[in-house]
Amino acid sequence: MDAILLQILNGIDKGSAYALIALGLTLVFGTLGVVNFAHGALFMLGAFCAVTLQKFLTLSKITIDPTRLDFLGKPAKIKTPYVEAWFGEAAGQAIINWSVPLAILFAIPVMFLVGVIMERGLIRHFYKRPHADQILVTFGLAIVLQEIIKAIYGANPIQMSAPDELQGVANMGAALGLKLSYPIWRIVYFCFAVVIIGSVFAFLKFTTFGMVVRAGMADRETVGLLGIDIDRRFTFMFGVAAAVAGVAGVMYTPINPPNYHWGMDFLVISFVVVVVGGMGSLGGAVLAGFMLGVLEAFASTTWATTTIPGINQIVIYLVAIIILLTLPRGLLGRKGVMEE
Amino acid sequence: MFTLAKNDKLLLVIVAFFTLLAPIILNPFPTESAMAQFNAGYPDLMQRFVIFGIFAVGFNILFGLTGYLSFGHAAFLGVGSYAAVWMFKLLSYNIVPAMILSVVIAGIFALIMGFICLRRSGIYFSILTLAFAQMSFAIAYSVLSNPSFNLTNGETGLQVYNDDPQYLKGDGPSTTHLFGLEMRETFTLDIGAWAFQFNVGYYICAIFLLVAFYIAIRIFRSPFGLMLKAIKTNQTRLNYTGLNSKPYTLFAFVISGMYAGLAGGLLASMDPLAGAERMQWTASGEVVLMTILGGAGTLVGPILGAGFIKYFENIFSKINDSVLHSWFSLLPDGLENAIVWVLHFFVGKGWHLTLGLLFMLVVIFLPGGLVDGGTRIYNWVRKPRNPEPAEEGAQASTDQ
Amino acid sequence: MSEIKATRRGVLKSGIVLGAGVAMPTVLTRPAAAAYMNEPTGSSVTLGFNVPQTGPYADEGADELRAYKLAVEHLNGGGDGGMMNTFSSKALKGNGILGKKVEYVTGDTQTKSDAARASAKSMIEKDGVVMVTGGSSSGVAIAVQGLCQEAGIIFMAGLTHSNDTTGKDKKANGFRHFFNGYMSGAALAPVLEKMYGSDRRAYHLTADYTWGWTQQESIAKATEGKGWTTVNNVLTPLATTDFSSYVAPVLNSDADVLVLNHYGGNMINSLTSAVQFGLRDKMVNNKNFEIVVPLYSRLMARGAGENVKGIFGSTNWHWSLPDAGSKAFVKSFGEAYGFPPSQAAHTVYCQTLLYADACERAGTFNPCGVAEALEGFKFDGLGNGETEYRAEDHQCFKDVLVVKGKENPTSEFDVLEVVEVTPRAQVEYAVDHPMFAGGDLGTCNPGA
Repeated sequence: MDAILLQILNGIDKGSAYALIALGLTLVFGTLGVVNFAHGALFMLGAFCAVTLQKFLTLSKITIDPTRLDFLGKPAKIKTPYVEAWFGEAAGQAIINWSVPLAILFAIPVMFLVGVIMERGLIRHFYKRPHADQILVTFGLAIVLQEIIKAIYGANPIQMSAPDELQGVANMGAALGLKLSYPIWRIVYFCFAVVIIGSVFAFLKFTTFGMVVRAGMADRETVGLLGIDIDRRFTFMFGVAAAVAGVAGVMYTPINPPNYHWGMDFLVISFVVVVVGGMGSLGGAVLAGFMLGVLEAFASTTWATTTIPGINQIVIYLVAIIILLTLPRGLLGRKGVMEE
Repeated sequence: MFTLAKNDKLLLVIVAFFTLLAPIILNPFPTESAMAQFNAGYPDLMQRFVIFGIFAVGFNILFGLTGYLSFGHAAFLGVGSYAAVWMFKLLSYNIVPAMILSVVIAGIFALIMGFICLRRSGIYFSILTLAFAQMSFAIAYSVLSNPSFNLTNGETGLQVYNDDPQYLKGDGPSTTHLFGLEMRETFTLDIGAWAFQFNVGYYICAIFLLVAFYIAIRIFRSPFGLMLKAIKTNQTRLNYTGLNSKPYTLFAFVISGMYAGLAGGLLASMDPLAGAERMQWTASGEVVLMTILGGAGTLVGPILGAGFIKYFENIFSKINDSVLHSWFSLLPDGLENAIVWVLHFFVGKGWHLTLGLLFMLVVIFLPGGLVDGGTRIYNWVRKPRNPEPAEEGAQASTDQ
Repeated sequence: MSEIKATRRGVLKSGIVLGAGVAMPTVLTRPAAAAYMNEPTGSSVTLGFNVPQTGPYADEGADELRAYKLAVEHLNGGGDGGMMNTFSSKALKGNGILGKKVEYVTGDTQTKSDAARASAKSMIEKDGVVMVTGGSSSGVAIAVQGLCQEAGIIFMAGLTHSNDTTGKDKKANGFRHFFNGYMSGAALAPVLEKMYGSDRRAYHLTADYTWGWTQQESIAKATEGKGWTTVNNVLTPLATTDFSSYVAPVLNSDADVLVLNHYGGNMINSLTSAVQFGLRDKMVNNKNFEIVVPLYSRLMARGAGENVKGIFGSTNWHWSLPDAGSKAFVKSFGEAYGFPPSQAAHTVYCQTLLYADACERAGTFNPCGVAEALEGFKFDGLGNGETEYRAEDHQCFKDVLVVKGKENPTSEFDVLEVVEVTPRAQVEYAVDHPMFAGGDLGTCNPGA
């Protein structure tokens, strides 16, 4: 029982990441009708926003301490981060300690800008081209982005840590009489995902801007004929989608050390999630994200892997194939989207 | 040749000429010279050129003609390789049974996968093939490699051991061969400062490429090929005329799967080892890149694209900083370092970046790929005075 | 990546040769000319360094490459000579190998068997190397060793710890200096028994390939011999980056020790997950929950940061060793690069020196001659004390270090401390030991 609950928590956590990426992906697809293979790369870029901020904060002044020796027997070099030198040791350490949450503030404008530039500079020339061309050009872009990151940060995963206060485990099951402890940061990640997803939905549902965007998703031409500059709003939505993917990446770094290949790692899964949820359906993407995350975790239980070895690695694809063949529009897909 | 149109005959002859003389053409620089690193005329790379050429030509039969973008073709390549290595393990190192089995198994596999995936089209089809390919990869990588039932040998890769049965081996060679003719046998011809390597394995691959290319031409020019093009142009209208397009697409899918299986079998015949990473979706992405880069829907495009990417992968990736420094050593130090610093992001370990940029440029500006570019240059050279945009466009579109 | 140094003289020379070639078109055919594969005919000899530059073991690969460059410098008489001065064999003179200047080409294995073979093939066919060395994964080592056997050149294995490399996949042209899973188990088990008692229940997470399998088997056998119980063994794919779904079940098993048969980036990620889930603060069966990492390296200990403190493991070599060889190597490496070498750097440096020395003693680059010189060769002064290349399986036998993550590191490199030096006799095994059986060394292949 405990084991299953634990895996469900794991699944929800992974599902949060899937849902956040798929949300942005389907937003872009629903508004612009563009199949963006570079969306995984945006998630990766977000993670590296956090890395960049951390590197920036830990830029250090090097002083030589003659009293201590390094491994060659020469005077040791002591590094003190500039933030500690400027703000005092305690404040400086606190800033470095909280660098991952701080990176959200840094990542939102950066990723929004990246999204807008991408849409204005590249994607908009592909609205009228076939989907295959969109896939290909964004695939090329994804390669370029990941190679740039590799050139700057190297190929190895970079260790990032959550603030000290949020490390360790929480004993959640004590009240229910269960032995259930779970890492705090993973709980934070889930809550964070819920907040982001909630605010995107609220934004689309309750603001005039969101209403126009939704109208544009349903019928772009008519909205355009009403004299509304729908293109500008769609560009804005692309920026939002990029920022969502970006912050999802930022917050994921303490769970798993980021590397340049993250984009490709999450790309396939997030497409499967979008398609299973139904192309262009925001609710479907979120639902499918959590569903596939939990399913994958279930398949990782000892019971499942001993019954069918390796099931944890194929279950997502298997389910995706079955759903696509039985429910042609995915779980919550609307009629008329992507149907030739 | 056999009832080919004049242009096609010319094309086949040109391809044959370049393939058969590749060991000389690809080795333009003397062995000891500084430029020798740009030589591509060594057996391993030349084999890769033609093997991936076959793979891309096959992929093009599906994508170029029907417009169905598959992201799962590497699965067939991998299946073909595994089948071939198992033949080596069970029968002997003779490549004939290996090639037959790899094509057959890949065909069966493609039939199953195609039957399921082709129920959907467009992006759904792409995602389905992607899911299938990833699933096959995971199955090969871990499900079928557990110690109790080890079909693929997982991470290490399937290879032939001395204690494998090899029932038909007898006194035969203990390396891959064609009725005694060993694949790795190389005849080196020294002419002055040049050393040209004529490798048996390469020529076997080359013959397979020519046959595969000939078949592809026949398919492109046949009524069947026309039907496939019709599917690409407007499948709905085709269906309204009362035709069921699905068997045609499925047939194209199976044929291209068999091409991939052939390529996989050849890959294993040149080097008897099969690894699961051959099946990963990025490997499928690579063949898509090759086809688009060369020119989807054209006959020679995929071969050009395959050669281009493999050349990049093997030659460009070997240019490192010290090589760059030696190139620019005549310049003043500061300038030299600046140029090397800029370039080193694009060559050596960074060759993927150049490839990605190049690929984007091709998709944006040259939807017809390198062949399209070649045609445009040809037209521009022939009619420098009054370029006719309309005709140029028409040329490009007929090529696609 | 190949380093081809084009000097001005080289260009001039090739120009002259080119001119001569044009003037007098002599046609030579070459099948029977060479006595063995890639016999060096000029004034230099080329070695092939095939290391992972991308992928999960890229860190070790980068360090190996640094050590190779250093070794080449020393062989050619540059630098301070490093361990050449402490090496018990004095055949090397610092004038290259057999008077030929040592040059090298490098390649990227990507930690994939396919890519590694392709890279090695291009070295052999295009660059004409006489020896390939390197690698940081047993899967790759076995694949490349097989290739070298077929092609007829020597393979000097880099960091490969699987029993199979010199067990069921051993090859006459392949040699391994590094230790293996069996030795780790034999060295580690007594220490673990002493520290954690003999009544322990171990849960294994194992990288799903040849190295993981054989190391898991070795550790399980050795600890079971001391009274431990193996509760479970879960195989994880090498490409896994998120280990949470593998770590979570450990919490609910009744195991009180977690053995991580992972290496490199894998180990960093799995240990991070294990610590995240609070395993180290857990009490099970009234005992402190413990984590063991059988194969340790300073590089990954550093990558895992705080998490490694107090965790036991074994290693082939560590830079803090006090013998003259280790000191000399640390000094020349540290001065060149600014930090101490890793065990991967050490083993490949030794392999390069051992190969060069064997060529000198054999008087030829012929693989069969080199192999004969290496077989049964006893040496000292390379940092591991007295060492022997066993003739029957081409495995080096030497002392093994048991190490522990240091509680109070004094610098960013000082993360491991040596707990015990296990003597060679305790880790030695028979050639036909069941964990190594089934292989066939074959005969050496000179390739011509």
